[in-house]
Amino acid sequence: MHSPIKLWDFSGGIHPAENKQLSTSRPIQAAGIPGQLVLPLQQHIGEPAEPIVAVGDCVLKGQKIADVSHGMGVPVHAPTSGVIESIGDYPVPHPSGMADKCIVMKPDGKDQWCDRYPISDYRKLDRDEVLDIIHSAGISGMGGAGFPTYIKLKPRRDRKVDTLILNGAECEPYITADDMTMRERADEVVAGLKVMAWILRPERCVIGIEDNKPEAAAALREAIQGTQIEIAVIPTKYPSGGEKQLIRILTGMEVPSGGIPADIGVMCQNIGTAVAVARAVFEGSPLISRVVTVTGEAVKNPGNFDVLVGTPVDYLLEQAGLQADRASRLVLGGPMMGYTLTTTAVPVIKTTNCIIAASASELPAPPPEQPCIRCGQCAEVCPMELLPQQLFWHAKATEFEKAEHLNLFDCIECGACSYVCPSSIPLVQYYRYAKGEIRVQRAEQLKADRARERFEARQQRLEREQQEKELRRKERARAAAEAQAKKKAEAEKIAANGDAVDERAARSALVEQALARKKASTATSATTSNNASQTPDPQSQTVAPGRPAREEPDIETLEKQFAQAQSKLETMQTMLEDAKAQQADNVDKLERAVAKNHDRVKRAEAALADARKLQEDQRETQSETQSIK
Amino acid sequence: MAFVQQSSPHAHNARPTSKVMLWVILASLPGLLVQTLFFGWGNLINVVWCIAIALASEAAILKLRSKPVAFFLRDNTAAVTGLLLGLSLPQFAPWWVSAVAVISAIVIAKQLYGGLGSNPFNPAMVGYALVLISFPVAMTTNWAEPALLWGKAPGFADTLAAIASGQQTAVDGWTMATPLDEYKHKIANHTAVEVLAHPTFGDGVAKGWEWVNAAFLAGGLLLIGLRIITWHIPVAFLAALAAMSLAFGSNADQYAPLSLHLLAGATMLGAFFIATDPVSAATSHQGKLIYGAGIGILVYLIRSWGNYPDAVAFSVLLMNFAVPFIDYYTPPRTYGHHKARRGLPGGGRS
Repeated sequence: MHSPIKLWDFSGGIHPAENKQLSTSRPIQAAGIPGQLVLPLQQHIGEPAEPIVAVGDCVLKGQKIADVSHGMGVPVHAPTSGVIESIGDYPVPHPSGMADKCIVMKPDGKDQWCDRYPISDYRKLDRDEVLDIIHSAGISGMGGAGFPTYIKLKPRRDRKVDTLILNGAECEPYITADDMTMRERADEVVAGLKVMAWILRPERCVIGIEDNKPEAAAALREAIQGTQIEIAVIPTKYPSGGEKQLIRILTGMEVPSGGIPADIGVMCQNIGTAVAVARAVFEGSPLISRVVTVTGEAVKNPGNFDVLVGTPVDYLLEQAGLQADRASRLVLGGPMMGYTLTTTAVPVIKTTNCIIAASASELPAPPPEQPCIRCGQCAEVCPMELLPQQLFWHAKATEFEKAEHLNLFDCIECGACSYVCPSSIPLVQYYRYAKGEIRVQRAEQLKADRARERFEARQQRLEREQQEKELRRKERARAAAEAQAKKKAEAEKIAANGDAVDERAARSALVEQALARKKASTATSATTSNNASQTPDPQSQTVAPGRPAREEPDIETLEKQFAQAQSKLETMQTMLEDAKAQQADNVDKLERAVAKNHDRVKRAEAALADARKLQEDQRETQSETQSIK
Repeated sequence: MAFVQQSSPHAHNARPTSKVMLWVILASLPGLLVQTLFFGWGNLINVVWCIAIALASEAAILKLRSKPVAFFLRDNTAAVTGLLLGLSLPQFAPWWVSAVAVISAIVIAKQLYGGLGSNPFNPAMVGYALVLISFPVAMTTNWAEPALLWGKAPGFADTLAAIASGQQTAVDGWTMATPLDEYKHKIANHTAVEVLAHPTFGDGVAKGWEWVNAAFLAGGLLLIGLRIITWHIPVAFLAALAAMSLAFGSNADQYAPLSLHLLAGATMLGAFFIATDPVSAATSHQGKLIYGAGIGILVYLIRSWGNYPDAVAFSVLLMNFAVPFIDYYTPPRTYGHHKARRGLPGGGRS
């Protein structure tokens, strides 16, 4: 009656003992109202909800008691009517056994509903209005992580969902919550799926069911009569219910590494979520209960229960007839991916699908770990086509970079590798360890990078400030030089007018004076030599010992001064170069000093030049005098 | 009440290493049986002797390394190493040759590298190659003449005495060159017809050897059926050997024919029981294909142009060297990735 749907296969996978018949023999039973309900404020991914009730408040069934004002998240509702007993930290279902903020309420037993607003024809509403209903009904994914459904149902505009998949594979052993829901509530499942399909408008809508659930498939076939929904019965193989594996089976496509199904136009929704959506729309009921499988050899009456969210696990186990002396291990979730509970005091939350109370023989402790013999069984069964043994080696050797290179983060921790390992190596544990270490390293790296960026930014800022300062200083120096030049020009103008006052004029005056003196003395000596013309040289030496002694040291001193000033300037300049290269603080000072020395050298040079000229003149005068003679 | 605290998965259905090894031993029994039928008690005595030495030396070295002796002996891997050597050594190999082979396999090749799972080289083949190089005479002249059991076969006691005495003269009348050896050394001066007239070849491919190889093939198929080994290494090995033979050795007057390559010597034992040692083999499917093909090619090269008539030990060891290299370049393509990430982290490819 149905044309066979084309299916693909995913590589690897295992066939663990299903143990599903344990919990499918009886219909879903109501677990009843426990004496106390513990409602964690964070049962979903995102921001925790904030209480909007106070201790002592009376609340009605379905009344919102905690809401998310900002960020991603969904509200929490009272699962029954009663009184808020306390708000505080209580143990929550988590692998670490941690405590988190919860609202504790005491049911009054009346189970009195608040006002509800069912909608008969949601098609008349806006899509966003329906999404609002789903949001305020507190619905988050009931299969695993608990992602808020209203966000998932509103993918980005460029991520058009072509295929909407309802995941009824339920591949984990023991768990039958979805199976029983499909059998008994097929109409609600389909109704919820139709609402989601109306929101998303996909081209294809398909329910994937493993072939070990023929009753569920039959019930759904009945329910989808007259719709476009397809039913795909897929071969039983763990982990076919993994989102990525199911997408591969039903579409032949692969979710890109690091991406989400919407990237390839696919979306997966959970069976329980579909029912919750249907109830939110058609009954106006928020998500306050869910189907939980309670199974294992240590309970007398294994089966599926309709459980109020917040019901303590020990109450639920009691309902199923826990034989405390037989229970050796309590697993929340399935035997492949669930985690062990340290205490039964934790509540059932929106994502709790199964509780296994296993006897020691049922889930025995694995034998001691042996060395890896590289047999490759793990790689054979890996549904992600990884190299589990290599990842193990690298994780063990803390070669995280290599593990990451081998796509460690694509591991979905399905446990197939550990399941088949002949050396009973807890492989998944090694991967979790490696992932955790890498995340820590990344966080630290990020911190270090930020610190470095901050440091570099500061260095740059300091450098920039230094440069600006330099620029300002140069500007000032230039201005000063200009002012000086102006002043000098004025002075020269005045000097030209015969009112010489500047240095040079003074110097030339000095030189002229000296010249005059020399002229005078030459004249004297000439007279003397006239008197004793035979010996002019000794005469001049003897007669005027002071003058050459006074005059020649003049040039010598000037030369010496000039040389000194020049060498000093050179030293200063090299110092300045060094200082500039090292970006030292004293650059300014040095520059000033160099400028000063520069002036000094110039002055010395000028003085020297003048003195030389003077000497030259003298010689000329002398020779003139002699020639005159 | 205190519940067991354990991380997932909580269910296990592993075939423990000890059982895997036990299956390997069981799968080799048809081959051992046929060996005994055609070549006398030699192999059986060797197998028992080698396993005993293997367990004893493993126990001794574990004790020296302060490891739990019983825990590791129970994994049956030492027994398999002993078994493989017992199956591949010449039937009349003196007791001390076997002992040297086994002790060097267990102590040097396996335990000194860190024990089970850490040895880069196939321990049994290290032992075999060592004695082959060290005792060439003992390793080439002690092969039993086929069909001894029905002819002038030495009885169990005589065989045991011959092996225990370690004297070459004690076994001279019962031994014969192996078919591969015979063909290799005669074909230079004879035609194929002349060479094949030698009784070692019998009426079929190689008297007795063809059945031994068939029995190991059967055992190997059982291991594949039980998913203890995958088909990749044996198929690649045999296909490469066949391809080489067809490509280069079609002239029977120059090179041994394909049938002899496949059904004489240690071909099937090597393909299904030795090359598939997971510890020293490549890991991914693609890697296994390359690894197996490499062995097949090397076997042909050494048999045809090398000094040794058979070449499984050297070929396996040579490819063991290449395993880290192969592994780096043959990771599988992971789900959600366009292609496999080859090479080293950071894109290092040289």
